[in-house]
Amino acid sequence: MANIISDETIEYVGILAKIELSDEEKEQAKKDMGNMLDYIDKLNELDTEGVEPMSHVFPVDNVFREDVVTNGDDREKILSNAPEEKDGAFVVPKTFD
Amino acid sequence: MSLMKMTALELGRKIKSKEVSAAEAAKAAIAQINAVEKDINSYVTVLDEDVILKRAEQVQKAIDDGGISGPLAGVPVAIKDNMCTEGILTTCSSKILGNFKPTYSSEAVINLERAGAVILGKTNMDEFAMGSTTETSFYGPTKNPWNTGHVPGGSSGGSCAAVAANECFYALGSDTGGSIRQPSSFCGVTGIKPTYGTVSRYGLIAYGSSLDQIGPVAKDVSDCAAILETIASYDKKDSTSVKRDNYDFTGALIDDVKGMKIGIPKDYFGAGLDADVKNAVLKAVDVLKEKGAAVEEFDLSLVEYAIPAYYIIASAEASSNLARFEGVKYGYRTDDYESLHNMMKKTRSEGFGAEVKRRIMLGSFVLSSGYYDAYYIKALRTKALIKRAFEKAFESYDMIIAPAAPTTAPKLGDSLNDPIKMYLGDIYTISVNLAGLPGISVPCGLDRNGLPIGIQFIGNCFEEKKIIQAAYAYEQTREYAECGLC
Repeated sequence: MANIISDETIEYVGILAKIELSDEEKEQAKKDMGNMLDYIDKLNELDTEGVEPMSHVFPVDNVFREDVVTNGDDREKILSNAPEEKDGAFVVPKTFD
Repeated sequence: MSLMKMTALELGRKIKSKEVSAAEAAKAAIAQINAVEKDINSYVTVLDEDVILKRAEQVQKAIDDGGISGPLAGVPVAIKDNMCTEGILTTCSSKILGNFKPTYSSEAVINLERAGAVILGKTNMDEFAMGSTTETSFYGPTKNPWNTGHVPGGSSGGSCAAVAANECFYALGSDTGGSIRQPSSFCGVTGIKPTYGTVSRYGLIAYGSSLDQIGPVAKDVSDCAAILETIASYDKKDSTSVKRDNYDFTGALIDDVKGMKIGIPKDYFGAGLDADVKNAVLKAVDVLKEKGAAVEEFDLSLVEYAIPAYYIIASAEASSNLARFEGVKYGYRTDDYESLHNMMKKTRSEGFGAEVKRRIMLGSFVLSSGYYDAYYIKALRTKALIKRAFEKAFESYDMIIAPAAPTTAPKLGDSLNDPIKMYLGDIYTISVNLAGLPGISVPCGLDRNGLPIGIQFIGNCFEEKKIIQAAYAYEQTREYAECGLC
């Protein structure tokens, strides 16, 4: 395996991805990511010098619209999916004292 | 002939001529679901019988009044569980959306309902469409109706199995790297991945937004053309939606391939391709040749770079798209937590399955500072080269023919242990998504074990009509093969 994923890297990726892994999962994730990067590194064989990166297959431009409200008032319906709601708002754990 | 053996268009005609009512069709579908679903598990959610029948009667009334007159009016359909359906559970086959009932329907579903579709339920899939076997579903794997010891393919495995097992007359799937065409091939049904931007993605729960497209799954090419004609639309709510000049896909149902130029990429028929699949596809090519098509081999190139580029791009987009699942607005929230961030982390860790976490983490890594250029930008440059290779091919050919997958359906449990091996199964479908092209998979025979094989027709952007015509012409030379579950 050419790519060795360190504990620090997997910890950092966990922070970026907001995913908490058990020690066992961490070991597996290190192995999986290493294997995947080894495989992905195949792209390095390819000379892409001077090739413009293509994010979309068709040229996409900003799509503008008039600044008018078109959706209805479905607050109740939307909140009905929330794990916790109160007084028309989503409830989250306390973030500061 | 049993009602359920009809194609969607055949049933639509019977409903129109009043030989069959929409309610009778719905009842026949429900009966078939009740008979085989315990063995197949095509659906995550089947709607209550009275809800389905009420809708069928409402559609029947609209047909009788002349309010709805399209070819699919009254025909029962199954919808992949990553398309929002108002008030109907939409789980993406994930624990994290186990209780999510959308407040609106996706544009493709609305277009179908306008045409008189009767929704039966929501079909099983790989969790968040990440997988090639439908085994990563939180709600258990779907089984291949041809042999329940095998997978149906994925990620639209539930939609394709439901069509093959006659548990619906047609279904909607979505295709990010082959998720319509590969399971269609494994289940012996027909599926189209349209040109990017043809069907609105509004209400499709995003996986890889620059690659995702919704498309039809059905028993034959005619059905697929009619369904695509119904769901395709320019939609302002999807900023990547494309306004097309021509949506008349059924106009291409012509039994004629004389003079068509077909390219066969040599690099698609080398190592790794199962002998039975190769023979079946080349036999189908011979049929087209006999019917007057000009067939030529060529080098497409770059084939081995499509999968690594895809996994960088799709995982990167997934890591961003799936950030919205954090236990605040909808879906699952962990029971036990200390603070906001701890709650979100635990919710996501408990709510997502292993494959989804793997891709979110890979995506976060390739987008992270220091690696962004080496991986993400490199993948986007590779994508540009792949697109160029296809453009060059289409200067010489009207279409490209390839297998839909290198093998037939693997056995249940054989794929998940080795992710990279599973990813390699998408080798003939993935580059089509990277280049935004349309592709259609059509059954072209069975392997030595009696499992279906699919042939894939790939067209240039916006040239669905060419591949529909060739696929239709090929289809006229053979009978639809039944899996025998009906």
